[in-house]
Amino acid sequence: MLSSLGSGGGKTAKPSFVSYVTPEEIKSEKEPYKKENQPDLLPGEVVFCSACPVLKYSQDDMSQRGVFGTLLCTNFRVSFVSDEVQVEETCKLFKNKLYGENDIPLACVDNIYGGYEDKKKLITGGLLKNKYPSKIIVHCKDLRVFQFSLTYSKEEDAKKIFQGIVHHCLEPKSLRCVYAFSYCENTTSPEMQRKERTMLFDCLEDWTQDMKRTKGNCRLVTENSSFELSQKLPQFFIVPLNVTDEDLVKFQGNGLPMWCWSHHSGCALFKTASLPLSQEDNVPQTYMEKMLTAVAHNHLYSVKTEDLSDTLPTIQDIQLSYNKFKQFFLIDNTTEFWMSDMKWFSSLENCGWLDMIRQCLLKAVEVVECLEKENTNVLIMEESGSDLCCVISSLVQLMLDPHYRTLLGFQSLVQKEWVAGGHAFLDRSNQLHLKEKVESQSPVFLLFLECVWQLHQQHGPAFQFSETYLTVLSDSVHVPVFATFLFNNDSHRANVLRAESPSSQRGPLNCPSVWDWSVQFDCRAQDLFTNPLYAQKTKQDRSQRKSHRPKHQRQLSLPSSAFKTPTKKGFFKDEADSLKKILGVKRISRWMLSPSSDFPPMSSIKEFYETWQAKPLDYHGMLLPCLDGPSIRVWMQRYLRWIHDVQILGGGPVAVLSKVSELLAEVQELRSELDRHARTVTSNHRGAIRTRAKTAPENLARSSVRLSSSFPFVTSRNWSFKPAIPTSMLQSLMMSEVAGDLASREDDGSEPETVV
Amino acid sequence: MYFLMDGCGPLNHRVGSGPWASRESLKMGPLADVTLLPGEERVIEHDKDIIYMCPFNGALKGKVFITNYRLYFKSADADPAVTLNVPLGVIGRVEKMGGASSRGENSYGLDITCKDMRNLRFALKQEGHSRRDIFDILFRYAFPVSHGLPVFAYLSQEKYEENGWNVFKPMEEFRRQGLPNEKWRITFVNETYELCDTYPTILAVPFRSSDEDLRKVSAFRSRGRIPVLSWIHRENQAVICRCSQPLVGMSGKRNKDDERYLDLIREANGTAKLTIYDARPSVNAVANKATGGGYEGDDAYQNAELVFLDIHNIHVMRESLKKLKDIVYPNVEESHWLSSLESTHWLEHIKLVISGAIQVADKISGGNSVVVHCSDGWDRTAQLTSLAMLMLDGHYRTLRGFQVLLEKEWISFGHKFASRIGHGDKNHADQDRSPIFVQFIDCVWQMTKQFPTAFEFNERLLVTILDHLFSCRFGTFLYNCESARDTNEVRSKTVSLWSLVNSEASSYQNPFYTPECSRVLYPVASMRHLELWVTYYIRWNPRIRQQQQSPVEQRYMELLALRDEYLKKLEELQLTDSSPNSSHLSNSSTPNAASPTQHITHLHTPF
Repeated sequence: MLSSLGSGGGKTAKPSFVSYVTPEEIKSEKEPYKKENQPDLLPGEVVFCSACPVLKYSQDDMSQRGVFGTLLCTNFRVSFVSDEVQVEETCKLFKNKLYGENDIPLACVDNIYGGYEDKKKLITGGLLKNKYPSKIIVHCKDLRVFQFSLTYSKEEDAKKIFQGIVHHCLEPKSLRCVYAFSYCENTTSPEMQRKERTMLFDCLEDWTQDMKRTKGNCRLVTENSSFELSQKLPQFFIVPLNVTDEDLVKFQGNGLPMWCWSHHSGCALFKTASLPLSQEDNVPQTYMEKMLTAVAHNHLYSVKTEDLSDTLPTIQDIQLSYNKFKQFFLIDNTTEFWMSDMKWFSSLENCGWLDMIRQCLLKAVEVVECLEKENTNVLIMEESGSDLCCVISSLVQLMLDPHYRTLLGFQSLVQKEWVAGGHAFLDRSNQLHLKEKVESQSPVFLLFLECVWQLHQQHGPAFQFSETYLTVLSDSVHVPVFATFLFNNDSHRANVLRAESPSSQRGPLNCPSVWDWSVQFDCRAQDLFTNPLYAQKTKQDRSQRKSHRPKHQRQLSLPSSAFKTPTKKGFFKDEADSLKKILGVKRISRWMLSPSSDFPPMSSIKEFYETWQAKPLDYHGMLLPCLDGPSIRVWMQRYLRWIHDVQILGGGPVAVLSKVSELLAEVQELRSELDRHARTVTSNHRGAIRTRAKTAPENLARSSVRLSSSFPFVTSRNWSFKPAIPTSMLQSLMMSEVAGDLASREDDGSEPETVV
Repeated sequence: MYFLMDGCGPLNHRVGSGPWASRESLKMGPLADVTLLPGEERVIEHDKDIIYMCPFNGALKGKVFITNYRLYFKSADADPAVTLNVPLGVIGRVEKMGGASSRGENSYGLDITCKDMRNLRFALKQEGHSRRDIFDILFRYAFPVSHGLPVFAYLSQEKYEENGWNVFKPMEEFRRQGLPNEKWRITFVNETYELCDTYPTILAVPFRSSDEDLRKVSAFRSRGRIPVLSWIHRENQAVICRCSQPLVGMSGKRNKDDERYLDLIREANGTAKLTIYDARPSVNAVANKATGGGYEGDDAYQNAELVFLDIHNIHVMRESLKKLKDIVYPNVEESHWLSSLESTHWLEHIKLVISGAIQVADKISGGNSVVVHCSDGWDRTAQLTSLAMLMLDGHYRTLRGFQVLLEKEWISFGHKFASRIGHGDKNHADQDRSPIFVQFIDCVWQMTKQFPTAFEFNERLLVTILDHLFSCRFGTFLYNCESARDTNEVRSKTVSLWSLVNSEASSYQNPFYTPECSRVLYPVASMRHLELWVTYYIRWNPRIRQQQQSPVEQRYMELLALRDEYLKKLEELQLTDSSPNSSHLSNSSTPNAASPTQHITHLHTPF
């Protein structure tokens, strides 16, 4: 009976059991709990098990205080329902419709610890052989930390809920068990409006449009629309003109240059999964040369290639580094927090996460330089072609193309490069907890969002979306409702959705896209996704820019390239002993610094950056990040939002931003007032019809609620007005190495030291 | 804070503008386009070429001149021209580098160490002792005090609309706080500085203590710096008192008068226990007994609790800032930025100072009176009391209130500006020098970063204050204490920095300021939130973008302008339109008016 509760000790994890509930649980389902509270269940949501009363320790201070309630595990979430009548939150503004502050979507559970008296032990799944812990501690992927005491409920209930949570959160399961499917079967998600929409790149039209927009001149491949060519390749994709039908299928898509974006000069960015080359077999080598030639032909016969696996961290490195990094924010108690505050900077450096962000940004700048300054085509590659390639290609486009810095543009970019681009979201998140996929788990997409955040914090006004938007997006990856992050690639998505369809007539199952934000937030909450600093480009700006930019850049640059061409041509004709060597010569990673080495300064990139920086900043033009030590920062909102001790009550960036939003709203109102005026005047002086909205939107700054730096994620009602006073200060400053005699000396000593 | 990070204040206008601030092209005669200050005179114009060894742009050939106020350099061939405009007060050390026989390009010249986080190197041609003149003049005018010359503040003829010396009137400030009252009196016992020569003349003390008591207490406090009131809480009457350490010594001396006096402070608002914050680490406090000092023992002061705040001394702070300079100038340490930053301990010291002040403010908010001291009560004590007051009292967060705070807690209470900065003094290795005031301004900056709407002044004010801390153009930060200022007639013979500031007040104002006087601000003293003040410490580096205005500020100003424009248009329309119910629109003309706002999606302002 309990077999469904886990793979047991030695059994391999082959989830074949599709039913969610054990017979026991079904039984308890039938006898509805009288005393226990239930959350408002979502469509298709089923309660597996529950226990009551459970004490949830309060987050504010990790003393033994807390609230009693019911702890439940459903097919969607772990949920705690408080016994206390919920005080009507003063700031319900930013409520997620799918899960509340005491809910943890199953895919959002990161680690579970069992708390025994004074120890805590990581639970890895399976049946507990020893004593059941008295406490269950849940670390979430969105950095929340929950602690529940199980000692107050009946022992068997406690065991059951503990085992249930462990089972449903940590044990291997089949994709079909993911809540998204029962959710979708039970809801009819409305089609997203087509007018102003996120391009999903699931149809020919989107690709054509994007290529047209960037004036690219490549070949749109439609032959894979039913995955006839390859299951690995996207449904639709674009390759250089010179790639033939034959080339498309040669190595299952490996080595095939996939178009990402065209620069206005005509050169373009391509990415590919690298083709393993061997000394013995020169077929791949010949193929690769042909592909490179095809890329080169795209513009001025020039190409630079970059194997990202040579210079950027591997996905395992990324996973390791992030695992260390996130620990700084998964804080169980105040003492622990202040202890870690001592060595904050060096711990931060040691985990290497910020450096990975810097490396990715640097690589992207490098590619930007090739496209923008040298106007050469660039082909980036790595083994999968869908991890760091996605990071770099999307960053390059964000830096060069202001379209992608709008909200819809950014979402389209994620669709193009990541979703259609075949980033293996399912494997990278390993939310099915498959043992064989542990190695492939890695927060690559989060790394990308981190890079975007760095650009955002350095050049805020260039982005239409807000920091809050990025934070919410990073959380949404772990909400198992959206088709966006649930699959490994196009064909995987198509196959599963078709197979899961309730009836074959109705077509594939319709899972909501994460971009349909109304699934999670109401309109007012969605307002927080727009950045009040962003100003759309005016028509004046546009026309000015046009006149500034040489219109016939392509033709203009032709003569200068005339002398370039022969060398390039000769280069390709030269029979080098291995293509590796050729690639080596043409690599662009000339100034990639490994953190520990003393390479000469990256003069070229510095020069490129400084030249750009010396010019007046145009938020609708190219953006480059500053990569100096002080400029790469920690994404405070994402990582510090739940830690009580670092909330700045009444302060933080939101204090200023809410003032800007407020003024913006006022200006917008005035303008519509003016517009109405204009209209009424033209319609024969009918008198002013002033329809002031009766329900004014809750104004953030004006409301009596004092915002804190973790707005909008934590509401201020939780806060006490006591300041956080750092503890354990003394251990910190050990001046031993700072000449101990200085520390013990008098400020204004009787005898001044002799002048050295 | 993220949106403001890359350069906040409009910093272009400062006195010690870096090579990047001014880039006019050099078409007029060499050096003809410099406007000198009234009273400023050229001392030497070096007609030969000199080479400025710019750490960012390489060697730059140009001309240099020196006045009694500044050193000015302008490059000849770089485009745009690079200028250096360095007040001589900023110069901490001038050295010759290389000798007549030195080989290698540009190895012969001058090496100038500045007090504002930069070094300047000039190379000259070796022939004809070209260096001697310029070195001698520079040495003489950069260190006028060591050469019996007046500092520039006494030569300046600058005139301003407002007289900054009127900003701080001690009696007015006491009255603002509601003093004197039935528990606290104002005493003039120090009118001639005989009680304490480093204190101001007007002091607030417990009502029940006589001037005779004060004299007795002064004998038991280091340098006579007795506990006096700095600030009183309007509602709960809790007070912040400041003083120096008690002269306990090795034998553990006690002084009944001092004990009784502290109890009077406690009594004044019925506090059960008086909290004494000793800013020092306890080891240092103990060690001070050897030189006659010490701390308040439990036995002697039964109604008091003593808390050590573990803030280190001036020497530690000096070394810390020196280390910081090493990692940011001329180049920002790249590969191990964070661990290098940590190893300077600078932010950790900042954290200790701020968290000490939070504890003081928290005690006061809870209705308990506190006494703050360190050894002499003019460095760490001033930091703690003034930061606590900034947290507690919104008045000090205004442009003028902040000036009062500095005048009161730092200048009048004898922070030894002359010794700590070394104004006009050639002795660069003087152990009395220490960036205590810089550290305090840094703490204030950290607070303004955490509470961007709580301060009326902006970052530019803080940078301007630090620039003129060194420049010697104003009398504000000259001398160690009020008695010395009186002797040297600072108020009548020099101009106050606040004359400059208040005559162009608008450029030091924070547009986001939202007054909330009664609110206590508790910054978060966690390393997670403390950050290096890049736009001050690394401002000479051209890679650090020095924006005239932060993008957020710029956007805000644009929106304000747009709102005014729309309002005007609407008003015009309403004049022509006879509709009677359109008048209420003008309600929304004040920035904080609670006008209901209608929500419009996808509407963007056109700029």
